[in-house]
Amino acid sequence: MAVASSKTAVVTLPTDRQILITRDFNAPKHLVYKAYTTPELIKRWWSGNRGTVTTAEIDPRVGGKWRNSMTAQDGSEVAFHGEIREIIPTERLVWTEIYEGVPNGEASAAIVTHTFAEKEGRTTLTMLMELPNQEVRDMIIQTGMEGGLQEALDHLEQVALSLR
Amino acid sequence: MWAMARAATTTDAFNAVAEPRRRQILDVLSAGERPVNDLVSQLGLAQPVVSKHLRVLREVGLVDVRGDGRQRIYGINANPLKPIHDWVKTYERSWSERFDRLDAVLEELKQQEEHGDGSGK
Repeated sequence: MAVASSKTAVVTLPTDRQILITRDFNAPKHLVYKAYTTPELIKRWWSGNRGTVTTAEIDPRVGGKWRNSMTAQDGSEVAFHGEIREIIPTERLVWTEIYEGVPNGEASAAIVTHTFAEKEGRTTLTMLMELPNQEVRDMIIQTGMEGGLQEALDHLEQVALSLR
Repeated sequence: MWAMARAATTTDAFNAVAEPRRRQILDVLSAGERPVNDLVSQLGLAQPVVSKHLRVLREVGLVDVRGDGRQRIYGINANPLKPIHDWVKTYERSWSERFDRLDAVLEELKQQEEHGDGSGK
């Protein structure tokens, strides 16, 4: 398990309006795709360590809607939704992604292209997030920084509790 | 952390490093200071192009310049990249946490397939 836990997502910024995330999985692509597009399975991973998934909905066809939400540890609700633009099962999934925490979220919709590439039983997932403008990029960065701060505080709290 | 996020927005080091040739310049400079002529020959770009990119990099503080006799020597200053680096690391951590959970789901799906108790396989 030491190997598994050391695997990290790699985030790069190819241009000033793109965020690229890549990650290898020790599973064939049809399973990665399944875990990515099946509501009962999305519920088990999508919130990471930050909360509990409350909604996972996806209508897997072009023009179909998706929506994920979670209750974060501080009790706040975090939700995203969008519409599927392209879908090639087990290979490629393009959707719009709208963060519901901001007013007029439609204007800041990102386009996310997921590619599932298998080699020798392992799958590389790439997610290219394309943002409409720099303001949205900056907003995501600020939200991310807040998340990081929250995480740091949570960690601090755990450390503090362990000292009692 | 807030202050750093703001700094990234206002100085826009993001924009500066979004240009591939500017990233090339930074790559070269990360190995050590260089006069502009060295950069021109190493990158295979015209001097005005290199000068233009160097100007942008200087404006956001990613590159310092010092005069050395008749030559101007350029060097890297990575400080403006720190907020970007910090953000990327935070974002990476959050996705890594998700994907670690996804790993666990995948292990289970693989087991189900192997034992033939997955539905419709």
